[in-house]
Amino acid sequence: MTDPRHSGTEAGGNAPLSASIPMAGGSSRLLDAPLAGGSSRPWDAALAQQIIDGFAGQRGALLPMLHALQGCFGCIDDAALPLLARSLNLSRADVHGVVTFYHDFRRSRPGRHILKVCRAEACQAMGADALIAHIKDHLSVDFHETTADGAFSLEAVYCLGNCALSPALILDEKLVGRVTPARFDALVAGVRS
Amino acid sequence: MTEMITVYVPCDAAALSVGADEVAAAIVAEAARRHQAVTVVRNGSRGMLWLEPLVEVATAQGRVAYGPVAPEQVPELFEAGFLTGGAHPLGHGLTEQIPFFHHQQRLTFARCGLTDPLSVEDYRAHGGFAGLERALTMAPADICTEVADSGLRGRGGAGFPTGIKWRTVLDAKADEKFICCNADEGDSGTFADRMIMEGDPFCLIEGMTIAALAVGATQGYIYVRSEYPHAIATLRRAIDLAYEQNWLGAALHGSGHRFDLEVRTGAGAYICGEETAMLESIEGKRGMVRAKPPLPALEGLFGKPTVVNNVLSLCSVPVIMAKGAAFYRDFGVGRSRGTQPFQLGGNIRHGGLFETAFGITLHDLVYRFGGGTASGRPVRAVQVGGPLGAYLPEHLFHLPKDYEAFAAEEAMVGHGGIVVFDDSVDMAKQARFAMEFCAIESCGKCTPCRIGSTRGVEVIDRIIAGDRRDENLTLLEDLCMVMTEGSLCAMGGLTPLPVRSALKHFPEDFDRPASAPAQAAE
Repeated sequence: MTDPRHSGTEAGGNAPLSASIPMAGGSSRLLDAPLAGGSSRPWDAALAQQIIDGFAGQRGALLPMLHALQGCFGCIDDAALPLLARSLNLSRADVHGVVTFYHDFRRSRPGRHILKVCRAEACQAMGADALIAHIKDHLSVDFHETTADGAFSLEAVYCLGNCALSPALILDEKLVGRVTPARFDALVAGVRS
Repeated sequence: MTEMITVYVPCDAAALSVGADEVAAAIVAEAARRHQAVTVVRNGSRGMLWLEPLVEVATAQGRVAYGPVAPEQVPELFEAGFLTGGAHPLGHGLTEQIPFFHHQQRLTFARCGLTDPLSVEDYRAHGGFAGLERALTMAPADICTEVADSGLRGRGGAGFPTGIKWRTVLDAKADEKFICCNADEGDSGTFADRMIMEGDPFCLIEGMTIAALAVGATQGYIYVRSEYPHAIATLRRAIDLAYEQNWLGAALHGSGHRFDLEVRTGAGAYICGEETAMLESIEGKRGMVRAKPPLPALEGLFGKPTVVNNVLSLCSVPVIMAKGAAFYRDFGVGRSRGTQPFQLGGNIRHGGLFETAFGITLHDLVYRFGGGTASGRPVRAVQVGGPLGAYLPEHLFHLPKDYEAFAAEEAMVGHGGIVVFDDSVDMAKQARFAMEFCAIESCGKCTPCRIGSTRGVEVIDRIIAGDRRDENLTLLEDLCMVMTEGSLCAMGGLTPLPVRSALKHFPEDFDRPASAPAQAAE
């Protein structure tokens, strides 16, 4: 067991480490959280190894490690797989299997902002399909694509827990409810300016 | 200098999604401009989400509500004297007299929206940790008995008696046991877990700690979906505070017990809401469903006896321990005891969280409290219990919300989510989506779910296109039966529920001329 005071609070469990990693907003509490639109640094094997080592001793650490790596580099770089495999005494195939199982983990760097639009039932009931058509048209992208200017990556999401204020989307970590095409356009214009 | 006045502006993610931060900032700025002494407390949500951002002012008569407030309306609220409860078109009088709120029976959500979620003092002042303090004086078996006697059943959907699950873990012999909270609330139309994690996080911490005392566990995990960044941040801060004040850690509140708690973030896989897939995910693996037996209660996380409970189940435990099993059991009907936080979402005028005893009808929830559709058009269908729940037509709205009554109609209460659709809905399209969702989210372990869902989309596409409709309807029925009977878990096993209910109650939507797209398309 690692020191439970740390494992109970930050998945990183290592204060000097979290202080040394550049995180979005300078916050370390999100070390284990998906950093949509967070840092997207160029690959740095030493830094990656340092992130991985920060979870030493933590049980079942692969997902927290992957979240932290993606938070730092914007995606799970191919070069991260052997480092993870070696550190956790797993095969590369095992690590690859985990990375590819979860929708959150990306294999390539996203746009500067990540836009996830809910397409689950409650939002459907409030016109999500029409909103999504508008968004795709407005940004000239389909789901899982990035706009030509690199500003937005568009993803589908199935429920953001904002079902009474549908339709909903989340831009990086900003949840937006009761989205209309006009409200969406204003949101995008605000981010681009 | 005038007297300090307390104003509440929620920090709940739903409130933030419609501008609560901007409203709070506007209130602070306007108060400063007027040299008015105002303390803004960021509380959880009261659950009346159509009124968000709902601003409350503490007055001698009680808390007075205004909403939905836009930032630019803040100066006029000051002008109307809202700091003393002054009249304004956005005013609703005393919050607790608003009919939607007044008619609830809040046990699990008693504190949510009332307190500052990250104040231990506030939590204690509103009865928090009383249940844990009592549990610390009891033998583990007695805690299990108390919870069993309360009639509490798993609020995640399956409805298994919580006390019996705990006793199984207590009786299991092992060097280590775990408490895992399933906060992978992925069902569309449900947001109660999110609301309580953001609005009353200590309640979950207390419930998990009581569970740990009851079964002899020393480590807990809360597995929260990554779509809930606000809940994750709030829980982490609350856990920090609980450690600081000895409500977690080596010597729980001065006792000899130890309990450590950690938040784990999911990674966008719906299937990880299935308990064994969640355990795999916490272990750092693909979220593949395990075959049962062995039950997680005997061989769960890292092969050790593990309590897996939903957020709402665990959050119901503190009040049971504080007020006793009989108090809780007195609410409800038949074998569905206590209260359920129902969630009204989708196309509904008054959407939000409505906690009440089991037995309330869908009609009351949708019309009397929900106010019908947001669009003003007639209600055509409601989906109850998430994406794996049945679509019900209006003639079944008399059904009382209770596990058995719903099961009898091939529906389920599930996690208490109710999604309302107006008459523009195309039920064939909804049935297709159920299969599509299953195809996207299946873990792939068993064939009926992995392949069946993809074939299901294709078959429904052919039915919609008018291609050999009768044959394909027979095939779809057959496919649904295979998925129901042959799938390893509820993902494949229950996906036929929305499909079959759409077919059964809305057959006309599957029988449109192929050339005429549904009225509701897009």
